[in-house]
Amino acid sequence: MLFSLITFYFLDFAGLMSGKTVNLLAKIQFIPAVMAFSVVILIILIVLTLLFGRVYCSSICPMGIYQDIIAWISKRTSKKKKRYKFSKAKNILRYSMLVASVSIFLKFPLILGFIDPYSAYGRIVTNVFRPVYMAGNNVLEAIFTKFDNYTFYRTDIFIMNVFAFVVAILSMGIIGYLAWKHGRTYCNTICPAGAVFGFLSRFSIFRIRINGSKCNSCGVCEMKCKAACINSKQKTVDSSRCVDCFNCLSACRKNALKFSPSLIPARNTLSKENNADEAASEYVVDEGKRRFLTTGIIAAVAAPVAVIENEVHTLAGNGKYVRQHPILPPGSISVENMLKHCTSCHLCISKCPSRVLKPAFMEYGLAGIMQPTMYFEKGFCNFDCTICSEVCPNDAIKQLTKDEKHLNQNGYVVFTQEICIVQTDETNCGACSEHCPTQAVTMIPYKNGLTIPQINIDICVGCGGCEFICPVRPLRAIHIEGHAVQSKAKPFEEQEKEEKTIDSFGF
Amino acid sequence: MNRKQFLSTIAFAGAAITFKSKNGMDLMAQSQSGQPDVVAVMGGEPDEMFKQAIEELGGIFKFIEKGWKVVVKPNIGWDKSPELAGNTNPKLIAEIVRQCIQAGAKEVTVFDHTCDDWIKCYKNSGIEAAAKTAGAKVVPAHEESYYKEVQLPEAKKLKTAKIHEAILNCDAWINVPILKHHGGANLSISMKNYMGIVWDRRIFHSSDLQQCIADICTMKKKPVLNVVDAYRTMKSNGPQGRSTADVVDTKSLFVSKDIVAVDTAAAKFFGQIRKMPLENVGHLANGQTLGIGTMDLDKLNIKRIKI
Repeated sequence: MLFSLITFYFLDFAGLMSGKTVNLLAKIQFIPAVMAFSVVILIILIVLTLLFGRVYCSSICPMGIYQDIIAWISKRTSKKKKRYKFSKAKNILRYSMLVASVSIFLKFPLILGFIDPYSAYGRIVTNVFRPVYMAGNNVLEAIFTKFDNYTFYRTDIFIMNVFAFVVAILSMGIIGYLAWKHGRTYCNTICPAGAVFGFLSRFSIFRIRINGSKCNSCGVCEMKCKAACINSKQKTVDSSRCVDCFNCLSACRKNALKFSPSLIPARNTLSKENNADEAASEYVVDEGKRRFLTTGIIAAVAAPVAVIENEVHTLAGNGKYVRQHPILPPGSISVENMLKHCTSCHLCISKCPSRVLKPAFMEYGLAGIMQPTMYFEKGFCNFDCTICSEVCPNDAIKQLTKDEKHLNQNGYVVFTQEICIVQTDETNCGACSEHCPTQAVTMIPYKNGLTIPQINIDICVGCGGCEFICPVRPLRAIHIEGHAVQSKAKPFEEQEKEEKTIDSFGF
Repeated sequence: MNRKQFLSTIAFAGAAITFKSKNGMDLMAQSQSGQPDVVAVMGGEPDEMFKQAIEELGGIFKFIEKGWKVVVKPNIGWDKSPELAGNTNPKLIAEIVRQCIQAGAKEVTVFDHTCDDWIKCYKNSGIEAAAKTAGAKVVPAHEESYYKEVQLPEAKKLKTAKIHEAILNCDAWINVPILKHHGGANLSISMKNYMGIVWDRRIFHSSDLQQCIADICTMKKKPVLNVVDAYRTMKSNGPQGRSTADVVDTKSLFVSKDIVAVDTAAAKFFGQIRKMPLENVGHLANGQTLGIGTMDLDKLNIKRIKI
């Protein structure tokens, strides 16, 4: 339920789902709540876990449910009967992943962004599912419009950033593969949220317990356990890895398993481990390593590719300015703030109605790869729109009111008169001024009744309307330069409304 | 009220009483024969003024035939509320749609290629809701695939343009701009409103805006009527405007089949608010040269009405 809501929330280009309550869907996610330091949500999640175990992993985290769906399909389609098997906890791996991501995130949240389940899922939906959804919309549109029904409208489908697309496909593939083969391996080896909740759920009051006198070690529960945390021979459940799916409860024919309260912390099942499962566990350890290596390889491959592609860009010119500073979404304060808080879930990108946000490539440097940046190829930032700041669950984009947005300077306008149409061709243009909401670009008399742009940086908000529409190519005569730290625009001077009465036609 | 106005009021009242008396009106209203070339109305609500104007022109059924597909093309360029005068008045659009339907139009379509996000423009201009309530179909125009290439053999610079399929498929279209100051073209009226049926507008700006505006108006399928909304007029910071300080309540409306004439009239009207020499609005003269209309208002039969 929550899963389909979140998925649709990310897919929904038409803004069918909007409002404060809906925005909570992303805000209740663990890593975003940590990044935004939302104390209330963190306390709720922690208390929930201390009471009932990893409810977050079973029903709040979209990636968890994505894995369950994959595992379910795998079970349905495979010829062989699907069995899970108990495996030893990879505690060293999981906690070191947690420690690594936490310590690295102090410097670069990049790694955390890569492995945070919510963000990874958000990227999958935004970069992979959403284009498919939009294509579906376009098919429906074609059919409905044929019959003169305009319920649907056409959408423009494009891949915003090849790198982000590849990362999304890879995480979808790798996590999907692990889920297909081994259930919730990701949650118990890589996932930092899983590691935190795993640790907490050692102390949770409600947990799955095996009644030793009823249990005959038949192994059915172990076979059903997608977290591979039930050892039927030892009659133990590693509650730190249990994701509260409860598949074991219904599977047990002896009614020996119960989800029941008790105040005694879980015994460390790990220490009681014997060699019986060594073979199996080694195999899975291998899997974890493989995953770990792949992540490393992706990063290693990505970096040079990124550098090269960036290089090509600069060389080709490509009709784009190489900005000194990338343009941050309105409300993100500074590049530093963005790097510190954003885990690249791409919710803002998916929600931007004006299509001015895209995943950055190397604009913020390697640490900010895939984080949102503004560009003006497909549109420009709507003056009154504050959607990105409203939806951001990480507080990387701080919420702005409409009035605050009107004075938030994402960047400032730069005018190159030498290549402006009005000067070179001596014809009227004014497209830039036309699109300027504050008249930071205004048309002043030039010659022969022509008007030419004049800029006033103080009142510019950096919306990019001028850059978007400027017809000069390959380089544009007007563009926006970003700020490393966003600043405040001065409010434009509002003239008194003069009451003019016109009572003749004038012709 | 001077004598001329008095007489025309009397004449109008007489026409109204004799109801449906098209002939009677012709006799009384003007010294020149036939219907007026341009009708200018002042002092009423947008819908009311249109009713008056169209009556002067012999009723909407003179322009719209039964079973026709009609397009009403407002200016919905900006994400602005009606008070800010960035877009055509929604009440006027609703009235035109209603009349077209009354005249037996099979379908009435409303669209504009907006500058701001089209969904916001359609909604916040009030036009989408007003037009739908009046019975029109409001269609999108934000994707290139809605546009088809059209040749403009008479044009000087803009030889081809991609035109919205709604215009290409209709039997008649009514051009309903709002009179505004414009930083680029100096004024935005009926001829400038053509840019909302075109996909690529950057080419206009990069290859002599004033000529391209005139060029696009040479398109074969011309509007059956141009209805210039000057209920509120944006006098400065156009075409988008910043606040109501840019807006003057002018409560006027100009209607004509001759696009250059109606724009010349509107430009002269605008000149009363703020100095605006006609030669600065270069597309008017360019349009006259291309033979799509006349700037010589003295030679035309102009009907002026004050409510």
